[in-house]
Amino acid sequence: MVKKIFAQTYLWLLLLLLYSPIVIIIVYSFTESKVLGNWTGFSLGLYKSLFVNTENHSLIKALINTVTIALFASTVSTVLGSLAAIGLYDMKSRWRKIISMINSIPILNGDIIIGISLFLLFVSLGITQGYITVVLAHITFCTPYVVLCVLPRLKQMNQNTYEAALDLGATPLQALWKVIIPEIRPGMISGFILSLTLSIDDFAVTVFTIGNQGLETLSTYIYADARKGGLTPELRPLTTIIFLMVLVLLVIINFRIKSVKKKD
Amino acid sequence: MNRKFLLYASSRKSWALPYLIFAVIFVVVPLLLIIVYAFTNDGGHLTLENFEKFFKHQEAINTFIFSIGIAILTTLFCILLGYPAAWILSNSKLNRSKTLVILFILPMWVNILVRTLATVALFNFVSIPLGEGALIFGMVYNFIPFMIYPIYNTLQKMDRSYIDAAADLGANPMNVFLKVVLPLSMPGVMSGIMMVFMPTITTFAIAELLTLNNIKLFGTTIQENINNSMWNYGAALSLIMLLLIAATTLFNTKDNNGSNAGGGLW
Amino acid sequence: MQEEKPIIELKNVTKLFGNKIALDNVSLKVKKGEFITVLGPSGCGKTTLLRLIAGFHAASNGEIWMSGKEITQTPPYMRPVNTVFQNYALFPHLNVYDNIAFGLKLKKMTGKEIEKKLKSALRMVGMTDYEYRDVDSLSGGQQQRVAIARAIVNEPQVLLLDEPLAALDLKMRKDMQLELKDMHKTLGITFVYVTHDQEEALTLSDTIVVMSEGKIQQIGSPTDIYNEPQNSFVADFIGESNILNGMMVHDGLVHFCNADFECVDKGFGKNTQVDVVIRPEDLYIFPVSDVAQLVGVVQSTIFKGVHYEMTVLCDGYEILVQDYHQFGVNTEVGLLVKPFDIQIMKKERICNTFKGKLLDTSHVEFLGCTFECFPVSGIEEGAEVKVEVDFSDIILQDNEEDGMLTGEVNFILYKGDHYHLTIRSDWDEDVFVDTNDIWDDGDRVGISIPPPVVRVIKMTD
Repeated sequence: MVKKIFAQTYLWLLLLLLYSPIVIIIVYSFTESKVLGNWTGFSLGLYKSLFVNTENHSLIKALINTVTIALFASTVSTVLGSLAAIGLYDMKSRWRKIISMINSIPILNGDIIIGISLFLLFVSLGITQGYITVVLAHITFCTPYVVLCVLPRLKQMNQNTYEAALDLGATPLQALWKVIIPEIRPGMISGFILSLTLSIDDFAVTVFTIGNQGLETLSTYIYADARKGGLTPELRPLTTIIFLMVLVLLVIINFRIKSVKKKD
Repeated sequence: MNRKFLLYASSRKSWALPYLIFAVIFVVVPLLLIIVYAFTNDGGHLTLENFEKFFKHQEAINTFIFSIGIAILTTLFCILLGYPAAWILSNSKLNRSKTLVILFILPMWVNILVRTLATVALFNFVSIPLGEGALIFGMVYNFIPFMIYPIYNTLQKMDRSYIDAAADLGANPMNVFLKVVLPLSMPGVMSGIMMVFMPTITTFAIAELLTLNNIKLFGTTIQENINNSMWNYGAALSLIMLLLIAATTLFNTKDNNGSNAGGGLW
Repeated sequence: MQEEKPIIELKNVTKLFGNKIALDNVSLKVKKGEFITVLGPSGCGKTTLLRLIAGFHAASNGEIWMSGKEITQTPPYMRPVNTVFQNYALFPHLNVYDNIAFGLKLKKMTGKEIEKKLKSALRMVGMTDYEYRDVDSLSGGQQQRVAIARAIVNEPQVLLLDEPLAALDLKMRKDMQLELKDMHKTLGITFVYVTHDQEEALTLSDTIVVMSEGKIQQIGSPTDIYNEPQNSFVADFIGESNILNGMMVHDGLVHFCNADFECVDKGFGKNTQVDVVIRPEDLYIFPVSDVAQLVGVVQSTIFKGVHYEMTVLCDGYEILVQDYHQFGVNTEVGLLVKPFDIQIMKKERICNTFKGKLLDTSHVEFLGCTFECFPVSGIEEGAEVKVEVDFSDIILQDNEEDGMLTGEVNFILYKGDHYHLTIRSDWDEDVFVDTNDIWDDGDRVGISIPPPVVRVIKMTD
């Protein structure tokens, strides 16, 4: 019993430590001070100025860029990665090994290498960096994770169902749509969501591929901000809102999984 | 349409083709470009001068070694703090442990830079000096979920009857842990190491923010060179980092699940 | 009339996977409406054959024709065949109704038509009330029925069945066999059935195709295959049999087990080495008397339900006999076999023959190794030669390292007084060995060939 209490205390202490920075941000989103750690009384001013103040339009713009880039990149990654996983699964071992290896490069490489290598690619090709290059870069590091999410679903699948569909008169495209996708859908969804989070959170790859046309994502905005000496205060309410949205989303998803399981 | 083509299209192999082409353009070619740039100078002539520059550049070498040290220490602390947490989590009832695991992963949805700045604020709050200690502390903060999750995953899947069997054969709890649980959870530890060591060794910006520019890591050195249009030298430094990554990966090859753990993060 | 136009025809079809041969120059005609079974041990290429007909694999060589049209390169969804898979391959996200209606919906049939066809298909497989069940909630047998319904509802010209009953238990399998036979009669379409179960093949088929190692060994009706196997593989694989070395003295007289027997076979030539096949139920066993062709002692006797199975040792040869009467162990008995129950097969080979190269007067290279041989004269060094080694002269070693080359036991044939083994050497050529030692299928062995037994023969052409 003592052991158990000790174990639980350890867990909660660790969680407390992990969450304390976030808690600080949330708490200080309700005060108007310029710097974190300086409480100047409760206020919703930051929330108001986040949405109203014209000064913060660049922050909102950065937020919109971040979200749309993430949506584009994740969608393309999910399509590309799912198709690749299906193809990969049907391949002879030698090709499968080669492609799996290529697939694991971006996962292992670390953001900075992906960023620099893509930077060199775009520079060498004389491509002006901007929105499209960022999306392409994000697809590059998101797709491998989609492949990894979809492959286990394919392994669980009965190998003959695709052939059965063809046998019953479905074209490859119909078989993909009517048989394979319904079976790998959960893997695709987790791949998509993982891609979203990776893309939204990315800084290192973005900073090398975003160019100097004035385009900003949340990460680059914050970085530039921090180098200028401290966070824009409005980031605190923004972070709070994003965090709470993710939390709500997670609770809903978790709840749904549970209710689906109960139905079974 | 050509019938032979249709037969080829109905074999699913062809479906990997778009990604293969994409990956060659955006993964393989760029990597080769790093090598090309590393071995050439501004004028595009073949040269080793970028590497000579690195080996003569004491500050860069110091930063390189210092970064490896920081990464090793961070990884070590992550194992020491994360393993017990993963063990406790895997021992809780399933529903409860799942919720707790989500709680551990949740902070990762907050932008890493925001989190880092908040950590700095926290350090200021409790007046911790912003030096090496704070740097490692902050890194552990950022990356410990990547250690807990894969270890938890392997422990969760481990057949509990091994523990009973070991105890039945006369092993005391210490021996059970050292001779059964730890070896069986090694794949998880290995992927945890990969997932913590790799980002810490390649990280930049975070260290600057954590120490208010007091400490520079190797990643920052690379970034500065690229930003200052020293592409060839930056590429050479990237290649050195790539070799380090490759070495770490080879060290880990025994464990094939390593990359899978990332996929299971969600 | 049916003879003229086969519904399926394979012309010299070869299928390679990498550099492994799965099907080796196979030609086959399937008559319209027949129940044809492809029978063989696992890995013999029977499933590959089926998948080529279905269109899941493309032939490496050769042509496949269906109803007078070449379909070698036609994708599976354009072929008028449907498949019942061994593991059913039902779509787990669809219920029974949607599974069966899958093909019909793709053909854009109206709901009414689908309903009608579906009802009759379900009736045919005896699953009338299961339309809206989840496929995961069905038993193996029920899933199999849905899989069959899903295929036949499309009214294919040919139904392909890939070991459809393999996963069912014995009782269920027997019932389903009868149902399949009935279904074949009712539907009147061609069934191509793949199985490794010889009893299933004999029960169901109009025609059996026996396969081994990617090659067709024999095509014939069940009775043909059983009574007149064309080679020792077929004789051994189908039913139980005594396969013995014999010598055809002249037409109508064969010598084996140190005795002469009258037989009905002709045309083998005089004093030719042959294989003799006698089914155990074709041997008469009785107390020793003048009519006995062979005299021996019972070694073992086992009750098999309907009959007794006894091994009788006659002059060094073990012979398997089945009879309703039991003779106890150590009883002296006489054996008799009628001339038309003796099946004579030409020997596929009488010794190992390899292509080799003479290195010098006392060394020859074959099977990828260099072997010593008795000094040869009259042949140039470096010349291509034929090398012969008798089956009984090759020595097998337990310890792989002890042999000059290694291999794996691939096929074992009991010849009454010795085993005839086929060893697939790691040089990828087969080596045939006669031995008294007991080996198991798949054993790894070392192969040694001592110098005096290697015969080097000049190439004639």
